[in-house]
Amino acid sequence: MSAKHNIPFLERQSYRRRRLIDTIRMLPVIGAVLWAVPLLWRQSEDSGTVLTSDAIIYIFLVWLLLVVGGGWLAHSLKRSNAEEQERGR
Amino acid sequence: MGTLNILVGVCLIYVVFLFLIAFAAERAALEGKGGWLRSPLIYTLSLSIYCTAWTFYGAVGYAARSGLEYLTIYIGPSLVMIGWWWLLRKLVRIGRSQRITSIADLISSRYGKSNLLAVGVTVLAVIGTTPYIALQLQSVTVSFDVFSSAYGAELTEATQGSNALLVAAGLTLFTIVFGTRNLDVNERHHGVVMAVAVEAIVKLFALLAVGIFVVWGLGGGVSETLARIDASEIGQWQMRGDRWAMLIFLSGAAFLCLPRMFQVMVVENEDEDHLRTASWAFPAYLMIMSLFVVPIAVVGLDLMPAGSNPDFFVLTVPLATGNDALAMLSFIGGFSSATSMVIVAALALSTMVSNHIVMPIWLSTQSVGASVSGDVRHVVLLSRRISIGAVVFLGYLYFRLSGGGSALASMGLISFAGVAQFLPVLIGGIFWRGATRTGAFVGLTVGFLIWAYTLLLPSFGAGTLVSETMLAEGPMGMGWLRPQAFFGITGMDPLVHAVFWSILLNTMSFFIASLVGFPSPLERLQGAQFVNVFEHSSTPQSWGGSLAQTEDLMVMAQRIIGAREAQNLFEREAKRQGMSGLLPEPSPDFLQRLERELAGSVGAATAHAMIGQIVGGASVSVEDLMAVADETAQMMEYSSRLEAKSEEQARTARQLRQANEKLTLISEQKDSFLSQVSHELRTPMTSIRAFSEILRDSDRLSEDEKIKYSSIIHDEALRLTRLLDDLLDLSVLESGRVNLNLQSGSLKGILDHAVSSALTGAGEYKIRVERDSAVEDVMLNTDLDRLSQVFINLIGNAQKYCDASVPKLRIEVGRSTGALVVDFIDNGSGIPKAEQAVIFEKFSRTGEQRVKGAGLGLAICREIMTRLGGAVEYLPGQGGAAFRVTLPEEAALAAQ
Repeated sequence: MSAKHNIPFLERQSYRRRRLIDTIRMLPVIGAVLWAVPLLWRQSEDSGTVLTSDAIIYIFLVWLLLVVGGGWLAHSLKRSNAEEQERGR
Repeated sequence: MGTLNILVGVCLIYVVFLFLIAFAAERAALEGKGGWLRSPLIYTLSLSIYCTAWTFYGAVGYAARSGLEYLTIYIGPSLVMIGWWWLLRKLVRIGRSQRITSIADLISSRYGKSNLLAVGVTVLAVIGTTPYIALQLQSVTVSFDVFSSAYGAELTEATQGSNALLVAAGLTLFTIVFGTRNLDVNERHHGVVMAVAVEAIVKLFALLAVGIFVVWGLGGGVSETLARIDASEIGQWQMRGDRWAMLIFLSGAAFLCLPRMFQVMVVENEDEDHLRTASWAFPAYLMIMSLFVVPIAVVGLDLMPAGSNPDFFVLTVPLATGNDALAMLSFIGGFSSATSMVIVAALALSTMVSNHIVMPIWLSTQSVGASVSGDVRHVVLLSRRISIGAVVFLGYLYFRLSGGGSALASMGLISFAGVAQFLPVLIGGIFWRGATRTGAFVGLTVGFLIWAYTLLLPSFGAGTLVSETMLAEGPMGMGWLRPQAFFGITGMDPLVHAVFWSILLNTMSFFIASLVGFPSPLERLQGAQFVNVFEHSSTPQSWGGSLAQTEDLMVMAQRIIGAREAQNLFEREAKRQGMSGLLPEPSPDFLQRLERELAGSVGAATAHAMIGQIVGGASVSVEDLMAVADETAQMMEYSSRLEAKSEEQARTARQLRQANEKLTLISEQKDSFLSQVSHELRTPMTSIRAFSEILRDSDRLSEDEKIKYSSIIHDEALRLTRLLDDLLDLSVLESGRVNLNLQSGSLKGILDHAVSSALTGAGEYKIRVERDSAVEDVMLNTDLDRLSQVFINLIGNAQKYCDASVPKLRIEVGRSTGALVVDFIDNGSGIPKAEQAVIFEKFSRTGEQRVKGAGLGLAICREIMTRLGGAVEYLPGQGGAAFRVTLPEEAALAAQ
């Protein structure tokens, strides 16, 4: 009886895990797109070009986002793995 | 001069410290206490060998020249790491499950353990890495030079050279000591990894220290520094989009393909889970490493006199501001970057050179084979050591010959573009099962030729290796082949041009050659193994171990992985197989495991070859499969033969059973024959005796009665005589002592005679005989009297036994397969099937004994016909009783 009750819960867990892995897969794509944004910036010599300091802040913010995002996802994956293993036992 | 001495002292102390760290790590690992050695942190830090002296010094110079473009070198690897789930996870799993020892090993393993491919990749990796090692040596010597010139001690070129040699020698020593201490089956070097991790911390710390000093010490805070950046000559975003995108791609590709990166990332990986941590921690490390590059560059440009080398701002800025300790730290940081790179690169390349070039050559010179040759273990170690020395020396040689002219960054990028040529083959190999060895070979060759032609050769400067006219007009005036403007597309950046065309044509030729060719079975098995590594992690090919001598394997394994390890392995295996003692059965499973263990030490191709030498069979080849199929076919043929044989036996058995039944029947007939004969003899004898007694004893008999009784006696005596004649006749015929009286005569005449004599005295019940006299006109040459006897018997039988109301007998003459046949067919009820088999036996008479007879007639007929070379048979299915007399051809022909 209890096993039957557990099933929806467990399926939800592995569903979450799949979506988590999807997110992990997606992260580098997001990074690549964000880092491709500088290609759109104006290149001309006159005013209105992007300042290097702004460029630095943008690029490093993307970086920070990816690191924090990656770290959070890696941590979630570990937790999910542990749960998976516990269930496997 | 004092500070210089302190610098040398600090350097030496640092080197000793590194030796101690490495030694302690090795010891801890040996004693099994090295749990902390296998932490994700150490793994992440060891990846930092990506940041070489090029990064440490060169990035600042790069930023001072081209603004933010230097970031691409870090963004590429960051994306690769963050995208670990796509590629690195698979790469690490393959590396671990196949015991890959280097990128050359990976590529050769994937493409059917081809040693040719491994040699190719190794050579290309050496070509691509040598300038890079030279670059590190250069950075160390130049940084030392910068330091000493700051203290007024100009170094001569000779001193520079000897400094470089000293550094090279020291690095070689370190690599040999900690890289080839033992021939570990897992090919992991805890000492080296630990030292590299420590150096990673040192260089990060040094760069951070300089950065913090520049931003807060010289720049006056974050906002002031940002303002200063905007005011500088690199203050505006000026970026060629193609370079930005291409360099991100290039650095990501190189991150995967550089032999040293492959070494720390895949080979030295302890646990797949470490990758999960490194996926975000390593990008963080790269981010911090590149954070202060622009501020240092901008402040350096401000501070330093025009024309000073921006590559060494990290060193010269603290020196110029009188911060000796910081400068020294920075020097140590640069030193760390350079040395860790050289150590790991030398280790990775030496593994490749030793496993794929030296060992195969050595093995092929050992004609006696791996099992009885000398100590392979020593040879492997020695070849590794020599290879390390050779690789570092090659770098040194390059440094001396090139004179250290070009800017650091461009040299690094050329090297990147070279090793990036492995990328299509690598990616194709692990994601596409259709990739073949030919494809890989063609792709790599094309990629490297274009790389060398468009990038490497022109990099030495116009007029040295590539003439200026060739650069401007193409080889032999072919404009579309200009090294920096393929197909007449000018205006592309030379680097972008080279990378674009080399990778594109590399991929295309790899793809097309793969499509066209057909892979060997081993390639296809390995391909499936690599591409579907997550589905199954066992090796594809199995050894036919029945021939293998476990002892020979043991001897060989001991030489390669060491006596104790080998014994442990064999004992464990024996236990697993449930056997006592040290020697397990050479099961395919065990051989596979052993091959993997050996592959960890000498590479997959060599291990495969060595086991192959002992076990006998090389691998599953088409020939083997054919042989197996052949065997199966033979087995099937054999079994079908058996089947046929058993069918034949069954047939024989059936015949025997029939014969037995017949024999039983004949034996019964014999019994009945005896009783018949005695009965047949007794009946007439009884009446003869009775009537003769009457004649003798009674006197009052009338004359008629006397005549009647004596004629009965006479008849019975005649009957007896006939019976005895028949019996005699039969026995003469059966014994074969009969003399044939050959005469010529017509068949018609014989039949006429036979019919008339058979039917004499038949009275009104005479059977009607139908004949076709036209076909009876055949001349015969045989014993006519005997033949006539047969005919008379047959006609008489018909007369006697035909039970039809109007009895008829047809006599048909014809030819059947050359022989003359005479059929006697009546219109009676025929002979029951059960009796057809025995009617030719003696004393056999059909069913009801309507007519008296001894039952010898047909037996005699058969004997006669056998003597005449023909036959008489019962002809079933003619509506009545039918007999066929067959006369031999010569009897009929001879007379014609």
